[in-house]
Amino acid sequence: MLTHIPRSADAIAADRARYEEHQRKGLNAAPKALPAPSPRPAPAPAGVIWAETVPGGWYYTCRLARGQSLRLEAGGLGGSVSLAAWSAADSSERQNLPDTCKLQWTTDLKKGRVVFSDMGRVLFSITEDSAGANDALSGGMPARAPFTPAFRSTRENMILATAKLGLDKRDLPALLTFFAPVRVDGEGQFFWNPALLNGDDWVELRAEQDLLIALSNTRHPLDPTTGPEVPSVRATRLAARPIARDDLCRTATAEAVRGFENTARA
Amino acid sequence: MEQIHDIPANRPWSGLVKQGQTIRIIDSYGQQAIDTLLYNAADTAERYSSQDTMRVQNGAYIEKGTQLISSEGNVMATIIAATSGRHDTNAGCCSRESNTVRFGHETSYLHACRENFILEFSKYGMTKRDIVPNLNFFMNVPISQNGAMTIDDGISHPGDYIEMEAAMDLLVFISNCPQINNPCNGFDPTPIQVVIRG
Repeated sequence: MLTHIPRSADAIAADRARYEEHQRKGLNAAPKALPAPSPRPAPAPAGVIWAETVPGGWYYTCRLARGQSLRLEAGGLGGSVSLAAWSAADSSERQNLPDTCKLQWTTDLKKGRVVFSDMGRVLFSITEDSAGANDALSGGMPARAPFTPAFRSTRENMILATAKLGLDKRDLPALLTFFAPVRVDGEGQFFWNPALLNGDDWVELRAEQDLLIALSNTRHPLDPTTGPEVPSVRATRLAARPIARDDLCRTATAEAVRGFENTARA
Repeated sequence: MEQIHDIPANRPWSGLVKQGQTIRIIDSYGQQAIDTLLYNAADTAERYSSQDTMRVQNGAYIEKGTQLISSEGNVMATIIAATSGRHDTNAGCCSRESNTVRFGHETSYLHACRENFILEFSKYGMTKRDIVPNLNFFMNVPISQNGAMTIDDGISHPGDYIEMEAAMDLLVFISNCPQINNPCNGFDPTPIQVVIRG
């Protein structure tokens, strides 16, 4: 066993005090700043660039320029949308959910939160979200799920989607799944909270740098819904709109502010 | 046969663990987060998947009995012993970049696990692209029912260990976490030891 010379007690105490101040702000201040869920049904979108209906079980890829938004509208219950994002300028910079959660002190990624890359920069902001029922923890349907043409797996969809973007499966990060109310109980076990979903839920994601996007419209493995039909989802690309100085996602937390500072320096 | 590897504080390590062998990771001084990644030694495109691992066991924490699942849905290894409680796979590894967001831009020039993984990967032709969400042995990251997630003081004691049995030939990467901005290492990174048997 290697020997160890401890750091000084003063250095440790100073670092601990600094951490506890960050922790206090992160856990107590930020959640209070977040708004109510977006209203349903979704208002008619403005500035539509393209609206794609993604059938149940299928995948979709697109590019989003900085400032553009992607709206996702559920077409019913029984489907969820798993999403991955990469920086278009350098695809080695990609969605990093562990960083996204620990930086914002929460796994509950919803309206007002942002999604970080592995480079400490913001990839996109969650500017609208009617349900707040998104899953950062448990991924999508694995490739070993029974295959039928109408019931494709998230894994195979995402392998195909990365290929269409010039990437491959080694580029796949952990997936963020919308319309998937996975929660953690007191013992750390997952459960599905269907009361959070309405069937006409929607989210809007604003690109904070030029992005490559891959998504899979598939049934979440923890979704107890039975029956073969996965509803379609509407994926609509929207033109950039002005961003206010006090924009919620850019100012909600100290961590978001620093993330946007990193994004601006890139 | 037994191989013993001493890993200094702050440093990375990698090694081959063959199917059926066990790897014991010893937190020699206690409260030391040990960031760990597993790859199929025959095809590193197959790698540890935190999301599949959590979903298959339907729970957020790594403990004795947890099967570690690959991106292809295969069991890579099973945790066959864990002398201290809870281990994490949600909080990822620290990086210079995420430190600036978490703790302020002035923390940019501190060593981090991502630096360790990149350096160790470079021995195998692997790159930053190959870093996926990792295991954090001896790291205590409780998740509340409202989703709140925080990194608390480690609960491991000197000599605590976890042991995995490999279900396939594995390339194992470890970053002996250098973080001093949060309590995952008790603000004092320490040496660890790895023992491979079988």
